[in-house]
Amino acid sequence: MVPTDLRYTTDHEWVRVEGDVATVGITAYAAEQLGDIVFVELPDPGRALEQAATFGVVESVKAVSDLYAPIAGEVIEGNADLGASPELVNSDPYGGGWMIRMRLSDRAQLDGLLDPDAYEALVAAG
Amino acid sequence: MPYGPHTADDRERMLAALGLTSVDQLFDDIPVALRASHLDLPDPEPELELAARLRALAARNRTDLASFLGAGVYRHWSPPAVDQMLLRGEWYTAYTPYQPEISQGTLQSIYEYESLLAELVDLDVVSASHYDGAAATAEAALMTCRATRRERVLISRGVHPHYRETTTTYFEGGLELDEIPLIVDGDAAGTTDLAALERMLAEPGRPVAGVIAAQPDFLGLLEPMPEIGRLAHAAGALFVAVVEPVSLAVLEPPGAYGADIAAGEGQPLGIAPQYGGPYLGILATTDALVRQIPGRLVGLTSDLDGRRAFVMTMRAREQDIRRDKAASNICTNQALLALAASIYLATIGPHGLRDVAALGASRATELEAALAAVGAGRLHPGPYLNEFAVRVPDARSVHRRLLDAGVLAGLVLADAEPGDPTLSDGLLVCATEVTTSDEIARFATALGAILAAPVAGAAR
Amino acid sequence: MSVTGERLQPTLFELSRPGRGGGKIPHPPKDALDRIPAGARRTMPPALPEMNEPDVVRHYVNLSQLNYSVDSGFYPLGSCTMKFNPKLNEWAARLRGFAELHPMAPDETAQGTLQLLWELERALAEISGMPAVTLQPAAGAQGELTGVLMIRAHHRARGEGHRDEVLVPDSSHGTNPATASMAGYRTITIPSAPDGGVDLEAFRAALGPRTAAVMITNPSTLGLFEARIGELLEAVHAAGALAYMDGANLNAILGRFKPGEAGFDVMHFNVHKTFSTPHGGGGPGAGPVGVGAALIPYLPEPRVLREDDGSFRLERQGERPTSIGRMRSFVGNTGVLVRAYAYIRAHGGSGLREVSDDAVLAANYLKHRLAEAYDIPYDRACKHEFVASAATIKHRTGVRTLDIAKRLIDYGYHPPTIYFPLIVEEGMLIEPTETESVDTIDAFADALIAIAAEASARPDLVTGAPHTAPVRRLDEATAARQPNLRWRPMSGVETPCPD
Repeated sequence: MVPTDLRYTTDHEWVRVEGDVATVGITAYAAEQLGDIVFVELPDPGRALEQAATFGVVESVKAVSDLYAPIAGEVIEGNADLGASPELVNSDPYGGGWMIRMRLSDRAQLDGLLDPDAYEALVAAG
Repeated sequence: MPYGPHTADDRERMLAALGLTSVDQLFDDIPVALRASHLDLPDPEPELELAARLRALAARNRTDLASFLGAGVYRHWSPPAVDQMLLRGEWYTAYTPYQPEISQGTLQSIYEYESLLAELVDLDVVSASHYDGAAATAEAALMTCRATRRERVLISRGVHPHYRETTTTYFEGGLELDEIPLIVDGDAAGTTDLAALERMLAEPGRPVAGVIAAQPDFLGLLEPMPEIGRLAHAAGALFVAVVEPVSLAVLEPPGAYGADIAAGEGQPLGIAPQYGGPYLGILATTDALVRQIPGRLVGLTSDLDGRRAFVMTMRAREQDIRRDKAASNICTNQALLALAASIYLATIGPHGLRDVAALGASRATELEAALAAVGAGRLHPGPYLNEFAVRVPDARSVHRRLLDAGVLAGLVLADAEPGDPTLSDGLLVCATEVTTSDEIARFATALGAILAAPVAGAAR
Repeated sequence: MSVTGERLQPTLFELSRPGRGGGKIPHPPKDALDRIPAGARRTMPPALPEMNEPDVVRHYVNLSQLNYSVDSGFYPLGSCTMKFNPKLNEWAARLRGFAELHPMAPDETAQGTLQLLWELERALAEISGMPAVTLQPAAGAQGELTGVLMIRAHHRARGEGHRDEVLVPDSSHGTNPATASMAGYRTITIPSAPDGGVDLEAFRAALGPRTAAVMITNPSTLGLFEARIGELLEAVHAAGALAYMDGANLNAILGRFKPGEAGFDVMHFNVHKTFSTPHGGGGPGAGPVGVGAALIPYLPEPRVLREDDGSFRLERQGERPTSIGRMRSFVGNTGVLVRAYAYIRAHGGSGLREVSDDAVLAANYLKHRLAEAYDIPYDRACKHEFVASAATIKHRTGVRTLDIAKRLIDYGYHPPTIYFPLIVEEGMLIEPTETESVDTIDAFADALIAIAAEASARPDLVTGAPHTAPVRRLDEATAARQPNLRWRPMSGVETPCPD
């Protein structure tokens, strides 16, 4: 069961909202599909993102995937730990494997995200 | 069919297993209107006859001339050990090492190649190679744009014209490539015009991603590479050095003078001229730019029992995974040529390589003196390693008459650079360790005779 | 194969000893470099290994024994066409007249090579049904870029430079979309139809005024001939776009289908596939491109021309201003092209058609043999290659195609292409080629069938494979996370080198 305090996207990202700050990462399912993560490319602080814009890239040994902003906002910081330890995305995808923190610009967009049950259903459908 | 194993019985057996009577049935899905009936080609030739045909074709080429032609491809002595290793089927009939467990030969040889070239260019990351020096230069130019997110690259006219033309072709789609002129007069004639470069770097609203210059340049002259690099970096651009690998035994390597990327042609490392290829595109960069470098990379790792082993790595950058977002569409690397270069370097050794470069310089000094003595002086005064341009009036016609005398007197510069009037009387000549004093004497004597008695009108 | 761990070699750097080597080049005069300014001189000599010739030879002979190769065994690699590399071709390429010729030598000294190149162009033109061919591209991928750049030049010349999209099926080789991007195009990927062919309706819906080109592999990367190719080409042309054929699978259709005659506007050849030039461990190859009449003006320069007196010359720079320019230095990978020429002349038209006949027959026979143990997603006549799948095996036993591939190594085979094309679950793309005997094909089928049985009975044998290769499965994650791309003798902890 995925964490119940998060919201999800159809591209297998998760969002944790605290005030007007959102933390974003990819789900355990996504990490498992990719395999051993070897590199994560993240945006610089200050970068403005539209909803669904590409904000980075996650690379595994045999695959690569773009990362899409679940909501619009401005990047506060990327997870510096992922430089030396990209494997955190595999071992702790919802915790130490977080990718970016951003300041939300439109709270209403959160309503369009999937709740945990809806995301589980998406994954089960394959 | 010369190499196929199937007898009529074999074909019968396979067809019978499939419940078919003719192989034509397996082609029934080709729409009738689109079917071809046969190929209108010369009849097949048994090996004996084909060998005679090939020999006759090869014999129509003239490789008996005393050659002073360089211009990016150089004659060197390749120790027979190199080619004899390359003739081993385990090397040349092997596939790309996608299954590393049974490709450790190829993988280790590429890792060694990367390490050997890293020593020569003094940069940490060397790709497993590109098609040739031109493609490597074009890829280096594209790298500077990706890395800086700028869209304009400056390339010196001192870079080989083929490399400039290739880069132009690769840039035809939104990116700008501007040529930096060469100095026309004075001590630095024939080298990159630094004042012009500075002006081009300062143009408002047109930030530069990369500056590309060659060492030695196409005219054989030594460029002020550290100064070019400083100017580039001051403007926030990356610096690409186009290099010749044998010269790196004695010339300062790009890593030492601040180049961010090195590109070049590896043919001089024991690879035969072959009328154009296959050659070896050298591409190297700093650790900081490792994710931008296109092409294969082989790295060291271990297997699950802890044994040291080699594997293609950072593959997510490549076309089969990245697809439309790949940095480059490159699929091949010149693996067999990288192997040849490695075996050459291992066999010749660092002292041997230095001797190759120094002996070439020595022969070039002899050549310069011999040609000057018969009235063909250098076109430019600056220092060179083993290649330079001489002034010869009516160079094209003199070149042809020298050919009749058995001398391939370098390159007619008017053909290579038709748009540059300062080169219209120039011949670009070089010497290497295989150039003999006899050949030099033959060249000088023949040239002296031609210059002393110019022929009126005898056109060929 | 060999015993694991045997024959592993130290690196050249570890074999180096100061003072070894020499004796190849005479010593230059001491003052040879005095005229080079000190500022341009190298201060630290490159730390290249010092070895004597016997050690160099042993190193490379022993390393070679760690390689699988066509000369040592069967490669059922779909999409690669790993046919025999004829030894005559190696002899031919090394003839002094071919090998020693400088690429900028005057045309009159290069008549033999120029004639060979001209004849090779004519042969490839006949094979492809295209009026003209360029031999310049150094590889298939460079051939693709050449083709796409010519397409772009064509549209620009007709005032249709706004066309910015290229359509490719989802089964395409990765080089197709990568090439389109390099040329500044956006790739639109069209899902395949359930029968594995192009979805004609989906293509029709995507074709429009923004389409510059469609890139099709035919036979497809599934080894299936595109039965709807006629309608597709009509639709492409009706939309004002051009059709590019990726010729990687030409081994299936020599003498049976000529892309140019069928309506394709441009195609590339992979001579290291169809025309037997060796793979060399990853290269070199060559990627000639054939074009229809509309694209001839844009061919790269210089072309090889034949004069009225029967002599040959290269186009002069600027002689044909409509050219897209150069794709590379000099005229092409001539050394590779000599080998392709020899291959084509050895076979003639009848021989090449037989090549395709045998390649297609062998593939269908092998597919038939494997059907008892593997899923065959597209169960109709294939061409020179076919897709098998281990999806059922995976669902039943957990054993994956990757494991089966690695276990084949223990049986003495190179694995087939796996997980390509991307649209097949647990896929294997298998191509026997025409130079493997029925005995080899049968033995390979037996091995794959045995491994399928092992997946149920002894899955650990399969998932732990290979057990007998020189090295076992590698840690590719660490290799990518902490890349070690250069030998550094003094830095860090090295795995002890084998003795």
